[in-house]
Amino acid sequence: MIIRGDEPEQIRLLRKLYKPGNYFMQGNEAVAYGALFAGCRFYAGYPITPSSEIAETMARELPKLGGYYLQMEDEIGSIAAMVGASWTGFKVMTATAGPGFSLMQENLGYAVMTETPLVLVDVQRSGPSTGQATKGAQGDFFQARWGTHGDHPIVAVSPTSGQDAFWEIIRAFNIAERLRTPVVFLFDGVLAHTRELVKIPDVDEVEITYRKLPQNEEEAKLPFGDPHGDGVPPMPLFGHGYFTHVTGSTHKENGLRDVYTPEVHDRLVRRLHRKIEKNRHVYEKYEEHFTDDAEILVVSWGVTARPALGAALKAREEGIKVGLFVPKTVHPFPGERMKELGKRVRAILVPEMNLGQMILEVQRFVNDDVLLKGVNKIGGVPLTVEEILREIRGVA
Amino acid sequence: MMPEIYSKYPMVKYLRKEALPTALCPGCGGGTVLNAFANAIDQLKLDPRDLVVVSGIGCSAWIASPYFLADTLHTTHGRAIAFATGVKVGLPDKKVVVISGDGDLASIGGNHLLHAARRNIDITVILVNNFIYGMTGGQVAPTTPFGAKTTTTPYRNIEHPLQISETIAAAGASYVARWTTAHVYQLIESIKKALQVKGFSLVEVISQCPVQFGRRNKMKEPAEMLRWFLKNSVPISKAKKMSPEELEGKFVIGEFVNRQRPEFVSELNKLIDEVQEHFGLKEV
Repeated sequence: MIIRGDEPEQIRLLRKLYKPGNYFMQGNEAVAYGALFAGCRFYAGYPITPSSEIAETMARELPKLGGYYLQMEDEIGSIAAMVGASWTGFKVMTATAGPGFSLMQENLGYAVMTETPLVLVDVQRSGPSTGQATKGAQGDFFQARWGTHGDHPIVAVSPTSGQDAFWEIIRAFNIAERLRTPVVFLFDGVLAHTRELVKIPDVDEVEITYRKLPQNEEEAKLPFGDPHGDGVPPMPLFGHGYFTHVTGSTHKENGLRDVYTPEVHDRLVRRLHRKIEKNRHVYEKYEEHFTDDAEILVVSWGVTARPALGAALKAREEGIKVGLFVPKTVHPFPGERMKELGKRVRAILVPEMNLGQMILEVQRFVNDDVLLKGVNKIGGVPLTVEEILREIRGVA
Repeated sequence: MMPEIYSKYPMVKYLRKEALPTALCPGCGGGTVLNAFANAIDQLKLDPRDLVVVSGIGCSAWIASPYFLADTLHTTHGRAIAFATGVKVGLPDKKVVVISGDGDLASIGGNHLLHAARRNIDITVILVNNFIYGMTGGQVAPTTPFGAKTTTTPYRNIEHPLQISETIAAAGASYVARWTTAHVYQLIESIKKALQVKGFSLVEVISQCPVQFGRRNKMKEPAEMLRWFLKNSVPISKAKKMSPEELEGKFVIGEFVNRQRPEFVSELNKLIDEVQEHFGLKEV
């Protein structure tokens, strides 16, 4: 039983095709190359702006690596095909934007319930609906968390640059494989289309994780059990004679449907949550700048973290004690660290390209005596250093 | 204790015993389809370990998943063929079979059905057409005959039914056949052929739902429905000479197409070989 993408042949191909060095490329291309380095060998998707270059890059590069690009008839079929392929041992990815992400939500829930590793890139664009289809935004923060139905946990990762996207997509794959769960990659239209310097490393510098496979017949017979106590069952792949039954309905540890016993549903859904809660060390990640002595804290994510850093640097030059906190895994939110930082500052600013989404997560973890203020901009144009700096001065 | 029927029945070796008895209503055509499928597998001497069976949502989706003892993927409503597409690309040497109903595959899943046929991916689809949404309580389906009564067409159905086999044959499938549950031996032969064809194959089975369809359309006994199928079935060779008016309300049965066309996954693998060759990536 193998997970495709880790054979010595693949290492040889990656090294031959992508020489280490600095390249000038789009954020979307960085995501695609990162996925290839992470071992992704199956991509099923449906074109949508501003994510299309990810599909185009995968269509061009995957065959060279012996991988598969499928253009499906719609977004629903794309994520369905990914789930099917993941059960045959592929690391799988798709990329879409807001409307396509909405269409994928039902099967995203299916992937949560059936514990299918996959990576779903959402290149956020300006909505609601078709909105400004070609412009960037950060409006899908909560769609990632609450888009699908039922009580479900989700992991969502969000990078801040092209270079960051290369490494973060690899991390997204590693989380998906390690925890046997779908991971949402919240990218945005601005970074997707920004061309900048991206350093491609040597294959050896990339650390890759693979999903846990059953070690014996007994483990294979319990595809939804918890034999190792970490909440993550080994995944018996299709085609190996285990007669595995996979269903999105409530199922017992052996995979068979039981939708009538309250305890079975309770046990399954609580384990799915526990799996994510208990393994915080696998996915929790944030960046901090000047937080040691900060009196004012800027909390920002994704593309907006960049002008936020510029504003923090300028404010520091002006003698304002500003710190910057950037969650890189945005769901589950790094609440513990947020709570600690919240106790030490008197004001928190949350710049984002929406009318206030992550700020609600921040609010959950800070006391009322802290001044909490959003710096919000919509319209498809990113926040500038000046705009954020003005707000920092305002609360200084 | 397992009732005697499960140990006496020769095809039981293909069933997931812990999932029995089935949830199908007495008189349902689903059992006939499961029986025919198991017989086809048996006659072809296929190892169930070389099978992956995918289904969607609804009564007919249960026929093979969970009951059939193979790798089984019970998916979301209408999406079985799209899930199966991913499975087939990953396991090109296995037989990938989709068994589901008309509401699932031809209504909400119509897009996937059409495009899988166009793509000609090597998947066998057994589409159980009982003209009705059985599991949700007997609502009108895109296959419900004109004039029939259902819970959501209590006065009569004013829509025209989708001719699934005709549509999928036109879309480009390699093999398409239609039978009813009253044509069991022909059905088994067609499933065997469909499994052996390299390319997209569809076997449409017109099946009785006495509980949700028959009861509301003056055929509450399963046998009455089977007699209705037999009386109104027209072999495709004969149907070709009949006018649309004469064919109204008839079930055209037989093989619609059986042809060879380039198959999707083998073309995909051929393409990969060519690309790797072109860029000098093959190991020498």
